[in-house]
Amino acid sequence: MSVVMKHHLFWPLCVLAVLLLFNLCYSPDFFSITVHDGHLYGSLIDILNFGAPLILVAIGMTLVVATKGIDLSVGSIVAISGAIACLSISRGADENSMGLILTSVLLAAGLSLMLGAWNGLLVSMAGIQPIIATLILMVAGRGIAQLITGGQIITVTSTKYAYIGSGSLAALPFSIFVVALVLVIALLLTRRTALGLFIESVGCNPAASKMSGIRAHLVILAVYVFCGLCAGIAGLLLSSNVSSADGNNAGLWYELDAILAVVIGGTSLNGGRFYLTGTVIGALIIQTLTTTIYMIGVPPEITLVVKACVVLAVCLIQSDTFRAAIAARWKSRHYPAEKEMSRHAS
Amino acid sequence: MPLNRKYIPIVVTILLFIVMFTAGSFRYTGFFSLQVLMNLLVDNAFLLITAVGMSFVILSGGIDLSVGSVIALSTMVSASLVQQQGWPPAVVIPLVLLMGAVFGTIMGAIIHYFAIQPFIVTLAGMFLARGLCYVISIDTITIDNTFYTAMAQTRIPLPGGSFLSISAVIAILVVAAAIFTAHYTRFGRNVYALGGSEQSALLMGLPVARTKVLVYTLSGLCSALAGVVFTFYMLSGYGLHAVGFELDTIAAVVIGGTLLTGGVGYVLGTFFGVLIQGVIQTIISFEGTLSSWWTKIVIGLLLFIFILLQRVLSSRRLTLKE
Repeated sequence: MSVVMKHHLFWPLCVLAVLLLFNLCYSPDFFSITVHDGHLYGSLIDILNFGAPLILVAIGMTLVVATKGIDLSVGSIVAISGAIACLSISRGADENSMGLILTSVLLAAGLSLMLGAWNGLLVSMAGIQPIIATLILMVAGRGIAQLITGGQIITVTSTKYAYIGSGSLAALPFSIFVVALVLVIALLLTRRTALGLFIESVGCNPAASKMSGIRAHLVILAVYVFCGLCAGIAGLLLSSNVSSADGNNAGLWYELDAILAVVIGGTSLNGGRFYLTGTVIGALIIQTLTTTIYMIGVPPEITLVVKACVVLAVCLIQSDTFRAAIAARWKSRHYPAEKEMSRHAS
Repeated sequence: MPLNRKYIPIVVTILLFIVMFTAGSFRYTGFFSLQVLMNLLVDNAFLLITAVGMSFVILSGGIDLSVGSVIALSTMVSASLVQQQGWPPAVVIPLVLLMGAVFGTIMGAIIHYFAIQPFIVTLAGMFLARGLCYVISIDTITIDNTFYTAMAQTRIPLPGGSFLSISAVIAILVVAAAIFTAHYTRFGRNVYALGGSEQSALLMGLPVARTKVLVYTLSGLCSALAGVVFTFYMLSGYGLHAVGFELDTIAAVVIGGTLLTGGVGYVLGTFFGVLIQGVIQTIISFEGTLSSWWTKIVIGLLLFIFILLQRVLSSRRLTLKE
């Protein structure tokens, strides 16, 4: 039992289970999945589908956090990627031509790769603190996204592009497969090769890992590039789901949700250790929480308050000092006789 | 006389401001006037007040992401109490200021006593304050209270036919008080020491806990005051006021030459950091054809240049030490 409880996925899975059970109690048909036109429909599918962009961004963020960094620019990259893809498609002669879609998607992916590389260069080569280095792109990125869209919402009518975010493959939303692919690649790269170890080592102590022969600069650069790419793909999913790009609001607050998902998943913000599966569950918890809040009719405005409380609770639990304080209280509660004695003695 | 290295960033900031203002004056007719200069203060009074609070936080080596949300919450609380409950402004304004200060104190206490990164605690504070806005109301609450409209419309005439608003005067007073606090009081020195090295400050016997919590209290108070001033400016309370404002504030502090790792910087630099942001906006509005999102890109670029500058200067200092 204690082995199960010690597992890093135990608490996140518990929270997710409690949330899902709560939903089940509230609406008995929460778990029901219906087949309609060969597609699966249901709340669980919705959570997966709407949660897909967040999971993607959070996967990239996990690796960045593992190197003791943070990437604040993901929300802006989401907006830029969606904007450039939609712009490119709307400029095309035939919006449904496969070539155009592919070029646009590749263009967006390439651009987000470059933006990630920019962050990575600032952090690894120029040696700027990650919060600040990515802050630059976070501030300027929204401007760039608005510049691309001309300050308006670009809508596209391409059904092929819409497929990426809202189409379905083998009865499941296509976006799930995109997420699964990225997740599997990330898991294979970090757990089946030495790359994961390198990342953790750089997160623990970059100087020491450099001396032991790891190219710390390159690892950091790669991590930010990957994070940028993940955010870019998330931007494609988001913009294709609504068939439009909004430079102002697309991906707003995503960096915060992603960091929250990473932290809930058990990855410490101090770097040196990361759990990709934990992050995925963390992102699912956030998405389920949002769905729950909508479902039980709590005004959606309160989502933010709930999220704030969750962030704080998770951080407090992670804090050694806080746990020590709680433990001390528990101990004193366990020995009332001792307390009594000391009171009499004094 | 060679310039002391620690003054380089602030001198660059001031020079940059002068260059931008001069360039604007040559390029656009009507740009070079005292009123344009004064408008920089009138339009950015709330940014100035928030940035002053943020300067102290950054000087102490922390960061406060909740400022924008606290501003929104302040406008919201003011508007709902004054407009919907009919409370007199004389009660509401001190109450809002107290609320901001308490909010900051709680965040500071959590940061210090539970040793959680300021970034994440103030992030939670940001969510919380923004959420509380929506709990109050999701709509805009317009204020037509006579006191607020009077504060919004009063013009303090200056020689030369220009004027300042009351908000701008408040902002200038705050800056003056902050410069005094930072450089001539024990608290100010403690903040610099804390930003230089928390360990050393502790070993020196400085009141680290008190200073750290006070810094966030001060930032919360400044944000609430900025919220009050923002209410004078917008004459409404709205949960979406000042979205993304924390970044403008941090940008102003950084452009002002304050080192983000803490311990190095001047409140006066922050003052010019805010003015530079104001000048960029003014130039863009004078240009007419440029869109407002250019502001964000230019500010991002400036942020980049200043951080690189800081980086070069601080790495040189490190090599000198070695």
